[in-house]
Amino acid sequence: MRYLSLAAALVISGCSSRPGGARPGTEPTPQRAAPSDSGQRPAAVPSASAVGAPGAGGSSLPNADPFPSTYRPFPSRTTVISHATIFTAAGPRIEDGSILLRDGKIVAVGKTVDSPGDAVTIDATGKFVTPGLVDTHSHLGVYAAPGGDALSDGNEATNPTTPYVWAEHSVWPQDPQFPRNLAGGITTIQVLPGSANLIGGRSVVLKVVPSRTVQGMKFPGAKYGLKMACGENPKRVYANRGPSTRMGNVAGYRSAWIQAEAYRRRWDKWLGDHKGDPPQRDLGMETLAEVLRGNILVHNHCYRADEMAQMMDIAREFGYRIRSFHHGVEAYKVADLLARDSIGASIWADWGSFKMEALDAVRQNMALVHQAGARVIVHSDDPSGSQRLNQEAAKGMAAGRAVGISITEDDAIKWNTINPAWALGLDDRIGSLTPGKNADVVLWSGNPFSVYSRVEKVWVDGAMLFDRLDPAENWRTDFELGFVPVMRGGSK
Amino acid sequence: MRRVATYLAIALVAGVWGVSLAAQTIAITGGKVFPVSGSPIQAATVLMRDGKIVAVGTDVSIPAGTERVDATGKWVTPGLIDAATQLGLVEIGQVADTREASARGRNSYGINAAFTVWEGLNPASVLLAPARQEGVTSVAVAPQGGLISGQAAVIDLVDGSVSDLLVKSPVGMVGEIGSAADAGVASRGELIVRMHELLDDARSFMRHRTEFERNATRSYAASRIDLQAMIPVLDGRLPLFASVDKASDIEAALKLAQQYGIRLVVTGGAEAWMVAGKLKAAGVPVLTGAMNNIPTTFATLAQRQENAALLRKAGVEVALIGNAGGGDEEAFNVRNIRQEAGNAVAYGLSWDDALRALTLAPAQIFGVADRIGSLRVGTEANVVVWSGDPFEFGTRAEQVFIRGKRMTGKTRQDLLVDRYRKLPPSFQKP
Repeated sequence: MRYLSLAAALVISGCSSRPGGARPGTEPTPQRAAPSDSGQRPAAVPSASAVGAPGAGGSSLPNADPFPSTYRPFPSRTTVISHATIFTAAGPRIEDGSILLRDGKIVAVGKTVDSPGDAVTIDATGKFVTPGLVDTHSHLGVYAAPGGDALSDGNEATNPTTPYVWAEHSVWPQDPQFPRNLAGGITTIQVLPGSANLIGGRSVVLKVVPSRTVQGMKFPGAKYGLKMACGENPKRVYANRGPSTRMGNVAGYRSAWIQAEAYRRRWDKWLGDHKGDPPQRDLGMETLAEVLRGNILVHNHCYRADEMAQMMDIAREFGYRIRSFHHGVEAYKVADLLARDSIGASIWADWGSFKMEALDAVRQNMALVHQAGARVIVHSDDPSGSQRLNQEAAKGMAAGRAVGISITEDDAIKWNTINPAWALGLDDRIGSLTPGKNADVVLWSGNPFSVYSRVEKVWVDGAMLFDRLDPAENWRTDFELGFVPVMRGGSK
Repeated sequence: MRRVATYLAIALVAGVWGVSLAAQTIAITGGKVFPVSGSPIQAATVLMRDGKIVAVGTDVSIPAGTERVDATGKWVTPGLIDAATQLGLVEIGQVADTREASARGRNSYGINAAFTVWEGLNPASVLLAPARQEGVTSVAVAPQGGLISGQAAVIDLVDGSVSDLLVKSPVGMVGEIGSAADAGVASRGELIVRMHELLDDARSFMRHRTEFERNATRSYAASRIDLQAMIPVLDGRLPLFASVDKASDIEAALKLAQQYGIRLVVTGGAEAWMVAGKLKAAGVPVLTGAMNNIPTTFATLAQRQENAALLRKAGVEVALIGNAGGGDEEAFNVRNIRQEAGNAVAYGLSWDDALRALTLAPAQIFGVADRIGSLRVGTEANVVVWSGDPFEFGTRAEQVFIRGKRMTGKTRQDLLVDRYRKLPPSFQKP
């Protein structure tokens, strides 16, 4: 109750990326994000490689990766899970199938796999295997439990346009919500700033793993996102200073993009010819320029169909793309437009009616968006709901079937996995059980679309980080030590 | 949806989801029947007449002219009850003039015992239909805010005026013992002191009515109507539904109840499992959810999804309430109490106890088990025919009867889906 009324004040918006990268000739030299997770593609970011001591930030050059990921996969053992029903999210389910995980990667998936001599073998008869689930809309760490002002770090509600803030600087790695997320089978999350602002700042993509620093959770090489927000939240928060209306909101976005485009041109020119002093850096404009170059993905909180259509026009006006609308309770009204512009719909199964712009929520939203050929993404915006994204997908699937829209479980699992992975630009690395991809894998006690099924084990990059059968070994945050009792008993 | 179309013409006459067929004699035959008051019965008949259940069993003789509903292969249960909601009180959470759940009161820490929240209930709420469409036939509407929030009522989700909806009012007094901030005081200790002050004053008021009317009593901490409203709580006729989470706060509530002879019901009860034995000993029921495991505050540090299961194991009466995440969309998602029940089962509650926690248990806690909550002869014919296990997502409430009337018609959501099923929409046909 308390958390949600808080969450209701947040809205997530995203930024869109230019497909295929930046404009020809204006793209700064890509630099590999360091450290990278073993041979993945580099992030296309402006280079600061020419800069020496005392540090890239000490010069006037934009530094694309000043808080590099220090994540390293946890120690793993070669593992074979056999006799499972496997939802691969890349094709039809495999009955009585097996999957081999080695060196942090998925090596083989099929009816049978070659089991290396050193492999740990898990008999999963009667159980189900899916890719690790991905939540495009999380506030874990930035609105950490147990809540209160001290941990309320998700909205820099001091200015309607704050592209200069980065969510990662608010993330508390000891948020006890992280291990509960992992126990729900969530292995990758996008942590977004809240929705108080028209442009709320950069998101960060995290692996749901224990770490003493946020850098140790950052998904190596993942693109940043930009949070934008439509509608009621910004105009409510800034009613006294403006924007106080939806037309004020739109003027705010457009003004920011006008500035950003000029900034991008200035910098790209200088990066091309290095003539004279570099332009003055501006943290916020750097982020927006990266959106215009296609290097940061836009995630746009927007409930209403008419506003989504306007945001699509704004994106066209300034030459960026929206990767995903978030919340989108009226996505079903513009599902054809979402499909046309390849915009993902990060939506709930059934939240609605809590504000005017959420009034037209229907349980068929997912099904109708799916039917129109747009990408359905089950998102949470809620630390409780994010533990049961599979159940939300199940509700969406059932609602569709109830009105005669055919949706298979193989479709619905994509709403939880490969589609959100795509929205984060990570669909080549996670989101399906495909050889070569990261071994982010969940073992379920039964069909994940049954209310009675629970997550039994979770692997992140091949390392088993959650095991319901071994509660003493499961991740407890620093906060929980002493405060939260170790809980035993009660479950079957 | 298709079955609904048959009745659409009728529905349109009187508005969306407003209309149902007149109560008549209906026999639901061949289903797996869960009376809750007794063991499940295979291939049984539920016979309803004039809004009441008149027979349940395998050897029910069905009078001529009875409408038959073939429930072969279906599951038949009592209508589900959400034991704590603002359905009908809050239409749109962030639109102030659709919020009717709180009283302002007359003192700084909110004593609103006289607040009869159902007086402001909106029987035309468009959120009633989505709830009953998914098998919820009754709810307890409860006020919120302050030390004493006001009085709760149980309603059936039928069409009509407020008085038509009411099953019983009041069914309880709602108060806050867990959160000093919510109660409008500065600390837990002060909260207990204020509660003592109120209860002492109410007791004094009860005993000195004549002097009070002559203005010959000391001054009291609450107004006349609030003191008056507390009397049924003091004499044990009306239970106190105390919102309380932390184990030590629950113990404080138990002590208070024992001191004043109050019938206590714990609402929320995040850490109730830690004091399950004491709750059992005191005969105190708990209204709680099964989808919360986050230490959202320092009062809920030991919150866990096994709460309901552990309480039942200790013999505590439990009703499930939909508080997963809670939030302003709660009234829209009253229907999700069946998801709550499914999760409770996943976390150790027996299936039978989970169904009971959505039917007979809340009916008994609210003192309305003679009316709703089970399929017993003489109770209201609130009956749901499910396509399968009611807790599973793929299961649909195929037929919903409230007081013997089949609930039909389209929800607002159904109408939106009809309109936007094909894009772009046609606005010529609704």
